[in-house]
Amino acid sequence: MYRYDQIDRTLVSQRVAQFRDQMRRHLAGELSEDEFRPLRLQNGLYVQRQAPMLRIAIPYGMLSAVQLRTLARIARTYDRGYGHFTTRQNLQLNWPKLETVPDILAELAEVEMHAIQTSGNCIRNTTTDQFAGVAHDELVDPRPYSELIRQWSTFHPEFAYLPRKFKIAVSSSIEDRAATFVHDIGLHILRNDAGAIGARVIVGGGLGRTPVIGSVIREFVPRAELINYLEAILRVYNRFGRRDNKYKARIKILVRELSVTGFAAAVEAEFAHLEGGPAVVPDAEFTRLESSFTAPAYETLADADAAFERARHDNRAFARWVEQNTFGHKVSGYAAVTLSLKAPGVPPGDATSEQMDVVADLAERYSFGEVRVSHEQNLILADVRKADLFALWQEARPAGLATPNIGLIGNIICCPGGDFCSLANAKSIPIAAAIAARFDDLDYQHDLGPIDLNISGCINSCGHHHVGHIGILGVDKDGSEWYQVTLGGSQGRETALGRVIGRAFAADEIADAIEAIIGVYVASRRDDEEAFIDTVRRIGLAPFRERVYATPVLEAA
Amino acid sequence: MPRIIIVDRTLQEDTWETLPRDAALPDSGNVIAPLETWRHVRESARARSGAVGVWLAPDDDPAGIAPDVERLPVIAVQFPQFADGRGYSTARLLRARHGFRGQLRAFGEVLRDQLFYLERVGFNAFALKEGRNVADALAAFADFSEAYQASALAPEPPYRRRTTAAGA
Ligand code: SF4
Repeated sequence: MYRYDQIDRTLVSQRVAQFRDQMRRHLAGELSEDEFRPLRLQNGLYVQRQAPMLRIAIPYGMLSAVQLRTLARIARTYDRGYGHFTTRQNLQLNWPKLETVPDILAELAEVEMHAIQTSGNCIRNTTTDQFAGVAHDELVDPRPYSELIRQWSTFHPEFAYLPRKFKIAVSSSIEDRAATFVHDIGLHILRNDAGAIGARVIVGGGLGRTPVIGSVIREFVPRAELINYLEAILRVYNRFGRRDNKYKARIKILVRELSVTGFAAAVEAEFAHLEGGPAVVPDAEFTRLESSFTAPAYETLADADAAFERARHDNRAFARWVEQNTFGHKVSGYAAVTLSLKAPGVPPGDATSEQMDVVADLAERYSFGEVRVSHEQNLILADVRKADLFALWQEARPAGLATPNIGLIGNIICCPGGDFCSLANAKSIPIAAAIAARFDDLDYQHDLGPIDLNISGCINSCGHHHVGHIGILGVDKDGSEWYQVTLGGSQGRETALGRVIGRAFAADEIADAIEAIIGVYVASRRDDEEAFIDTVRRIGLAPFRERVYATPVLEAA
Repeated sequence: MPRIIIVDRTLQEDTWETLPRDAALPDSGNVIAPLETWRHVRESARARSGAVGVWLAPDDDPAGIAPDVERLPVIAVQFPQFADGRGYSTARLLRARHGFRGQLRAFGEVLRDQLFYLERVGFNAFALKEGRNVADALAAFADFSEAYQASALAPEPPYRRRTTAAGA
């Protein structure tokens, strides 16, 4: 993991002092609410429906066991003993007291953490593949690049007051597990034909009110020029992005207004001035950053482990979990494990302090003391010996961390919605709960195969509903809560936006509607191998529409 | 009473008058004229007693005055709202690309908590929003002693310094 040096440490502790003083001036009436707002937002502090909300940055989703324990303690001491992991790999505390936030930040700083730029119209926390460094299909480790971007974007003086928020995601494997096509900037770190490392640059993707799949504006930027190229994009956006209408202020609108070629040309013109300039990143810096992400001390193991195979053979529940919740590792004899935060009856992505402590312990014993957060709101132990999987599973189970539902309909991505978020049109957690209850039979989930079901409480789309195979969006109709359903979205290399199937549903109709949709899939799939999304692509929306809106219960509503 | 502003991290009386849009150029005195006005008086201003600077609105392109940077004693950049960040890029371009070395001033809704960033993109003069405590605001320059990026104050980003230190 990246460890702070003197520069990092100094900056984070000075930030705590700065924010403490800003809070003091605000409480003393010297800083008006309007003036304080962007300052607190750039420190991750929102004022929500019931209480303030603090969003803590987990840079590209990487945590040490020590950091996770600190988060558990903070949630226990300053909040109600739990936290919510978000689709941007951060942690949200829903009930901290405003005045205690500087103290929380000070405790975070002690373990090299912060809440810098987790909100506000600035460059947000950079996200990457939760399997970075271990994935079997990885081309280049994206973490040194993510760390480089974290540093460059932190307190960037020129880009702290952008037209709107700005999100960067980095991927560098065959599969795109970082949703790079739906970020303001998506980067694919790769090698060109000559073997040099650089980035393919995608801009203008995003969800929200106007969902757009990003466009490639450059096939290859040499890594030494990466910062210069990012500066060029950000400068064009900062100068020319719209500021008159916050719904048109994201970079995707500027890209659309200038056209992709026009935007790319503006970036290239700016880049021409910067290329080769002082922000060129020397190889030595990449070496320094890479040295923070060296492989842990793996043992030399055979890929198959007899005891593991036996346990898998003898224990069906374990076998199921292995099948769903482990992921291929590039080192023989190891696996990456997803600890599901999607147990039935629990808001997706929520973890109690006790669970965080359990995960920290498991990480120390089985996975070199490191944990990752995935954008699907689960926790990952990336380096577990196959020989340890059975023991790990037995410990994770009683803690509610071993639901074998990764990739299945039970692994619902869900934003906090109307229970917490002041922007929400509708609640999302009870909808997730109703659907999870309807599909609580794990055998059935398993039979249904891969299904991404994503829920957002409003068009801000924090729950990524546009790219769910099934997407659910909370909408407001005459002051009451309704839900619009989309089908056919997907993330990854084949990113696609779902299409609305028809009129919205009331909260008590939604589980029936989803069940009807699944019914159509089961009746129409070519064979057991055809996944839900492939059936949707093959047969289109019409059969789903017919069935869902033909259900008498729904007709009557 | 002349206004107190910050120049090079010290308090000073403002010796310039900032003209509103569409104002005619007075016959004498040091003035900072809006870009439109400056365009009209660019030649005649040389004969005038008293110096003339220019101010840019957020959507004014700094490239438009690039040929004049050698003769302009002051360029000011307007911040109508503090959350409008275009002026930061304007400043960076004036300093890093167009080589402006005179006084670069931020005015309008300029607040203490923006000073640190403003200075790093190249401003060295700050006319704070009316009614703000200018003396208190001086503390803001010391908010941070380090920064990750190249800036007007440190042309090399730390990753170049870090590597040099490590390589030494
Ligand atoms: S999608 Fe809407 S309701 Fe959900 S967290 Fe985001 S802003 Fe809040």
